[in-house]
Amino acid sequence: MAYVVPRPELTLKEKAYLPSIISGLKITFGHFKKMLQGKTKVTMQYPEEKWDAELPEYYRGAPTLVKDDHDRERCVACQLCEFICPPRAITITPEEIPAGERFEKVEKRPAEFKIDMIRCIYCGMCEEVCPEQAIYLRKDYAITGITRGEMVHDKKKLYELGGVFKGLVHKWNPEK
Amino acid sequence: MDFITSIPWALIAWSVAKAVFVIFLVVLPMVSYTVYAERRVSAAIQDRVGPNRTGFPTTLLGFKKDMQIILGGLGQPIADAVKFILKEDFTPGGVKKFYFWLAPCLAMLPLVSLAFVPFGSSLFGEKMVIADINVSVLGVFAVTGVGVYAIVLAGWASNSKYPFLGGIRSTSQMIAYELSMGMSIIPVLMAQGTMQMSHIVQNQADNGWTLLPLWGHGLSLQSWLLLIPFGISFIIFAISVFAETNRLPFDMPESESELVSGYHTEYSSMKFALFFLGEYTAMIVGSSLIVVFFLGGWHMPGIPDGDGNGGLAILRELPHWILGLVNITCFFGKVAALLVCFIWVRWTLPRFRFDQVMKLGWLYLFEIALANIILTAAIIAFTSK
Amino acid sequence: MSAAATTTPVQMVNVQIDGVWMQFPKGTRVIEACKQAAKLIPHYCYHPKLTSPGNCRMCLIEMGTPKMTPDRKPVIGADGKPEIAWIPRPQISCAQDVSEGMGVRTNSPMVQECRKGVMEFLLINHPLDCPICDQAGECKLQEFSVEHGNANSRFLERKVKKPKSVELGPRVTLDAERCILCTRCIRFMQEVAKDDVLGIVDRGSFNSIACHPDRKLDHNYSLNTVDICPVGALTSTDFRFKMRVWFLKETPTIDVNCGTGSNITIGTRENRIYRITPRDNDAVNGPWLPDSHRLNFKFVADPKRLTAPEVRPQLGESKPGWQQAINLAAEALKKNSGKVAILASGRATNEELFLVSRLASALKASVVDILPRTGEADGMLIAADRNPNTTGAKLLGVATGKLAEIANGIRSGSITALLVFGEDATNAGLTADDLAELDALVAMDILPSATTDKAHVVLPSSAWCEKRGSMINLKNRIQRLNKAVIAPGSARDDWEILRDLIFAISGSNGLHSIEDVFKAMASATPTLAGLTLSRIGDLGVDLNNRELPSAGHVVPPTLPTL
Repeated sequence: MAYVVPRPELTLKEKAYLPSIISGLKITFGHFKKMLQGKTKVTMQYPEEKWDAELPEYYRGAPTLVKDDHDRERCVACQLCEFICPPRAITITPEEIPAGERFEKVEKRPAEFKIDMIRCIYCGMCEEVCPEQAIYLRKDYAITGITRGEMVHDKKKLYELGGVFKGLVHKWNPEK
Repeated sequence: MDFITSIPWALIAWSVAKAVFVIFLVVLPMVSYTVYAERRVSAAIQDRVGPNRTGFPTTLLGFKKDMQIILGGLGQPIADAVKFILKEDFTPGGVKKFYFWLAPCLAMLPLVSLAFVPFGSSLFGEKMVIADINVSVLGVFAVTGVGVYAIVLAGWASNSKYPFLGGIRSTSQMIAYELSMGMSIIPVLMAQGTMQMSHIVQNQADNGWTLLPLWGHGLSLQSWLLLIPFGISFIIFAISVFAETNRLPFDMPESESELVSGYHTEYSSMKFALFFLGEYTAMIVGSSLIVVFFLGGWHMPGIPDGDGNGGLAILRELPHWILGLVNITCFFGKVAALLVCFIWVRWTLPRFRFDQVMKLGWLYLFEIALANIILTAAIIAFTSK
Repeated sequence: MSAAATTTPVQMVNVQIDGVWMQFPKGTRVIEACKQAAKLIPHYCYHPKLTSPGNCRMCLIEMGTPKMTPDRKPVIGADGKPEIAWIPRPQISCAQDVSEGMGVRTNSPMVQECRKGVMEFLLINHPLDCPICDQAGECKLQEFSVEHGNANSRFLERKVKKPKSVELGPRVTLDAERCILCTRCIRFMQEVAKDDVLGIVDRGSFNSIACHPDRKLDHNYSLNTVDICPVGALTSTDFRFKMRVWFLKETPTIDVNCGTGSNITIGTRENRIYRITPRDNDAVNGPWLPDSHRLNFKFVADPKRLTAPEVRPQLGESKPGWQQAINLAAEALKKNSGKVAILASGRATNEELFLVSRLASALKASVVDILPRTGEADGMLIAADRNPNTTGAKLLGVATGKLAEIANGIRSGSITALLVFGEDATNAGLTADDLAELDALVAMDILPSATTDKAHVVLPSSAWCEKRGSMINLKNRIQRLNKAVIAPGSARDDWEILRDLIFAISGSNGLHSIEDVFKAMASATPTLAGLTLSRIGDLGVDLNNRELPSAGHVVPPTLPTL
């Protein structure tokens, strides 16, 4: 069924259009004036001014790998993050931990763990899905490089960024 | 041989020298800094910052850091120009090559009309107008009228539907507003009784500006009555200038929400830049005309002209070349103020619908301008002694 | 049911499953009857091909028998059906056959409670190391735990530690902690492999699977224990920690290591084969597959694979394009028309062999044959004929038994050109000197061999898992090959190479797809009349006893074997 939108009846003043133009010009001039007076402060001049100190706890920066207090890599290469990653930025090559090594009992670890930071969308699903609490999104956001290869974070780089995460982190449990 | 010797070579050379001086040292920098002003003003209106940090790329010369200009961002127009020149100049397949190249050249044509505009009184006894002909008003309108060809040719030669639609819109819009523009200026010409722009300005300097008749013969009943038609003329002329320069709210030929970017969709690199600069040149020409016709040209109350006539007695003592420079500055100052208004309006108003533009042009402005002429004629007829 | 098809009438019994009365042949297990009624009963120890020990207790259901009057007459209820006297305690459904008037409840509150309890007990000592367990993703313990288990464990005591990463045999690794002692592997080795090396040692909660102390689990069918292991206790050493199963793209195809043509599934990811598992087909291999067959896929990813056509320098460019190479080959073969021999392969598909026979007639080839390949039959799934498509080659007239004539012909000079297709001619009684004698030697193969070294034109072709086609096994069953991975480099499908060769020799043949080739073959071969590649289906068609599915025939979906 057709629904007719009633057109508003315009007064002569509105029809003349010029008064509305003038009120519009007043509004924009107001903004212009405030900006010139320095009353408006919205933009942050990025490389000089930074927001790092105010980054919230839940900020999602670059994904990193962490080690535990005993310097054991937490990742066991279950590849769940590789599976869940929406842009398929993660590539893991699993390997068996050779007999005789300190953490032989863990059996499995990533031989290589690559995150393509050109692909990464910082969604944090890898962190959420990780059953070993090995991957965390830290606060690094300025990920730059001059080649595509540089933008792929390998295992070494990921541990460098991630560092050590002490204690058992209860990601889902209410207790901390 | 007689023919060759009869040509006033010196005059031609001198005119060319003046033209080069005005175009390259005054207008073109003005155009590029108008673009910069547009970006900064629009940013301020929208609570943004705008380009504020273009410096000299000293890293290219092997230094560790780029040098930032103290007045941050003033290098932006230079960087823009370099960028446009260095960008790939892409000519799509299927375009009409000759006209495709011709169009951006025509876009810069409004520059020529500046030749008729008196941008100052005189400097070292030389009149500050390149071509002071007795029908300079007609000359300006003739030249600006050619400007539409740039858009029409670009739209047609691009062989693409959006530029084509933009070109068609532009044609109809130009025709509509060219008429009301021409009509609206007639009352001023009737009152001034001359078509020579330098005389119009001189008259205003002697007898009060068209919109500010406060001295000389301006303090008469006729001048004050004529303010009514002049005011109407001013409004119609200003609106028409907006429409002629394709500025918002009349940027139908571009209207990116409907036509991608209209007639210059297929253009890139310096050819696009020429359209871009052409638009701003047209703005400067339009503002100059408003200044000449309504706001007293180079004249400022109290300031004598370059020959030391008029103005305050104390100031007449100053060297005349200083006065000449002050006059030129006054002119461009007024133009600059108008340009800011142009920008201000652009970032305030939304775009009209095309039918609204046509209706406004044909049904209102044109009729009002016609009636205005009759009103002026009546006032002049009844108040003349 | 299929009772009508068999000659001896099968007695049908009425069974009520979740309130619906149905008929099943006598002798059907209750768990199978429920499966046919689309009521999947979770289970671990039961396997349709093995005996039922009933030790996992996961398949508990509520069961009842007809209520009897004191004079042993069934009580008829208001709906005209016999009333059921429900047994107050749950019963296992895997060790019970259906009987007349039986009632089954597969989802009653008691059954659900039982499953929950059983799951909790099974998980008491389970290490819950799913992140590193290869079974994760296809683990029944995971699946049923999601459906029936508790989210939290109430077990506060220490879990029993058992041996992990035990090498049971050369191909099987045991993680005893994950084992739920269903004994499927033990029963498989006893009943199917007939090599009783596995057993349970220790007592109570220390129970664990172990191999006989003096033996290894080295039977050629040992990897089937990995397949049937419902949890991650037995894992394939070859596949261990290589790739998570949920990444694997599964391609149903058939095995080409012998004439049995076992049905298999190839698991691939990003063009790499990770594992091969058997695919259930009772008419061929059931759910089993020999280890030697399933591990024989590494050569596909061999770095030495032929990836671009090659031509001997004296014939022209050494790095030719495909068209150039095929034209050169065709020219060389045509020059020797009438003196050409073709050595085809029993590993080729029917479509390829059909094109070989066409090529033979185009070249007026004097000898065409395949290279026989025999081994020892193991009495189970490995046939003595190690060529997967001898039957097809015979049917298409490519297997002629005249192999010896090739060598004789070359030596006597009656054969001057040889086209070798997927074989090494030195295995067919020819020496390298014989090959050097030839005026033209064209070889199609996937890996370099003595023949490709000597060949004037080498055309790189596709491995069995890189192409589509059909093969006929020794029981005369036509089955489909499917493409699991893409051939490396510019190697092409064999049938395309043959088609182009025929085209270059005798002009267009109107074959544009593998389906076209099959159609042409089916119309030229009465045995295959009416078949198409899609009609063969995933399970194949028995050519001895062919019931062609009518167009639009829909195969009813079946529940998977757990």
